[in-house]
Amino acid sequence: MKNEILITTAHLVKKFPIGGHFFTALNDVNLTIRAGEFTGLVGPSGSGKTTLLNIIGALDNPTEGVAVVMGQDTKTLNHKQAARLRSECLGFIFQTYNLLPVYTVFENVEFPLLLLGIASSDRKKSVMKALEWVGLTDKVSSRPSQLSGGECQRVSIARAMVKRPKLVLADEPTANLDAANSHNVLKMMLQLNREMGTTFIFASHDEKVIGYLRRKIGLTDGKVVEDKIISTQNHEESETPC
Amino acid sequence: MLTFKLAYRNIIGAGLRTWLNVFVLSIAFVAIIWTQGLIEGMNKQVMDAMIDMELGGGQFWHQSYDRYDPLSIEDAHGSLSDGLTTLIEKGRATPVLITSGAVFPEGRVQTILLKGIDPKQKIINIPSEVLQIHDSDIIPALIGGRMAKETRLAVGDDVTVRWRDVHGTFDATDIRIVGIMNTSVQSVDVGQIWVPLASLQNMIQAFDEATLIVLEKQIKAIPPDDAVWISRDLDYLLKDLKELIRTKSVGSSIIYLLLLFMALLAIFDTQVLAIFRRQKEIGTLMALGMPRRKVIGLFTLEGALHGIMALLVGAVYGIPLLRLSAARGLSMPETMDNFGIALSDTLYPSYGAGLVMGTTLLVLIAVTIVSFVPTRKISKLKPTDALRGKLS
Ligand SMILES: Nc1ncnc2c1ncn2[C@@H]1O[C@H](COP(=O)(O)OP(=O)(O)OP(=O)(O)O)[C@@H](O)[C@H]1O
Ligand SMILES: [Mg+2]
Repeated sequence: MKNEILITTAHLVKKFPIGGHFFTALNDVNLTIRAGEFTGLVGPSGSGKTTLLNIIGALDNPTEGVAVVMGQDTKTLNHKQAARLRSECLGFIFQTYNLLPVYTVFENVEFPLLLLGIASSDRKKSVMKALEWVGLTDKVSSRPSQLSGGECQRVSIARAMVKRPKLVLADEPTANLDAANSHNVLKMMLQLNREMGTTFIFASHDEKVIGYLRRKIGLTDGKVVEDKIISTQNHEESETPC
Repeated sequence: MLTFKLAYRNIIGAGLRTWLNVFVLSIAFVAIIWTQGLIEGMNKQVMDAMIDMELGGGQFWHQSYDRYDPLSIEDAHGSLSDGLTTLIEKGRATPVLITSGAVFPEGRVQTILLKGIDPKQKIINIPSEVLQIHDSDIIPALIGGRMAKETRLAVGDDVTVRWRDVHGTFDATDIRIVGIMNTSVQSVDVGQIWVPLASLQNMIQAFDEATLIVLEKQIKAIPPDDAVWISRDLDYLLKDLKELIRTKSVGSSIIYLLLLFMALLAIFDTQVLAIFRRQKEIGTLMALGMPRRKVIGLFTLEGALHGIMALLVGAVYGIPLLRLSAARGLSMPETMDNFGIALSDTLYPSYGAGLVMGTTLLVLIAVTIVSFVPTRKISKLKPTDALRGKLS
């Protein structure tokens, strides 16, 4: 791809202290991810997918090696700078949605814009637009407890997308969804990737997710064991594969 | 502003839990103000009564008068200065002559203070006019209710008193109780016998002399001290009472602190629990790019907002309640008489602006601190652990 480089990792190692010794969750990970990618970290449970996403999202620091995200070495960032990087450039989608329970759908999606200090009228426009993308304009004043799992995940996608970040990190975004909802959500993300050029990095072992990826990075025991570009398919028209 | 908006959303969104907390806190808040108002009302009442019945607007004391030295009292009197005499003639002050003595009710002996007062005086609010009924050869006397109870004297009783005149000679005569006054001020009651000033001057051979001069309450121009007569203002005269009140109100401060402590414990508990329960939310806020300091600020503010809401809720039912109790007063049980300071039958709480504002400020500051302390845990929380709900 000719696009600019968003992320590079070099000799990335992450060790967690367990009891008296260290457990190596990531072992010498070297990756380059460019703008506009729709990439998945794929591997069995415990292979280090979440750990890698956390480091890319500046939520955690590597033990060794470097991760450069949008030109910034995450190790050199203090709390405030890391928060700023996340607030300005990153969107997170969590397996368990992580919506703020006492907020309405509108307020949940509005939240990242509040952090960015965007004016009220602009906020409203952007939030409604984002809810339009995920097809939830009729649920603006519902609370998360009143929504289905698929709807919650769509709210969380809208929340990640509302500020139009360069990069969205999605950790098992379909793990709590049924097949139909999974495909809906994935199609939506693929569409946002195409229309706005948003870069998506997934962590998943879900076959449904893998079916949509354009690049698959295989992880096993913290090591990159596979990295391949998958030829573009048009999923919007294909049959649901399961 | 953002933090405030979010905090407001969070606590309104928390619904019933918020209101329960707010309600408990508001009860503590109203109770604190109520008890403090009672104490303040009590102090005010005691002082007002003392000023009304004993102290007036201040006093002039004979230079050797010492209210705590019963031995020197017999020498502590002298002729009035011209300035004071003028004041007395204008009806703006009244002289009191004091000497010690003893009464013999039913064959027992009790030491007392004999106080001579002008029966026509209007300076202090004791019924001295009863002393005007003059039966030429027997001296009329006025005593207080507690004194009457103690000595079992009733109106119409005669009782022997003994005293020493200025030359140190003992003398005795009968006096007749012509009035018993009901007063809350013990210092004009217990161990005191009021007789006409002229009679007492005659008894101790101290003609035209006095021990102290009580000034009228509204007095403006106070004459200067001279060698014999020393001005004692209300600050001086009430000093001991204030000291006594301070020590006596330690007990009620404990109630105050206990109430405050309970309220704060509730807040603290809520905060600790909230931070524990909401760690995934904290992780999410961090992942979405909220700086740690803002998260801490948010949680602190949420706790503090409980305090502000408790204030508002407390005001809604507290103001009418406190107003009512201030208007109706509180009947005091008889045992309160043994409290050591004079109390009337009905106590009217007094809620000064200082009390209300001071308590408000104290509660708010305390609630904010207590809300802040548990949030420091957040600063040690790794976002990845918070997201996984792994707070130890
Ligand atoms: N904070 C931590 N402390 C100790 N060990 C950890 C910690 N976080 C992750 N690990 C370990 O690191 C390894 C990789 O974890 P990670 O969460 O990245 O796996 P994953 O690929 O996301 O798995 P899954 O598909 O189950 O989510 C696991 O064995 C896990 O036990
Ligand atoms: Mg994982």
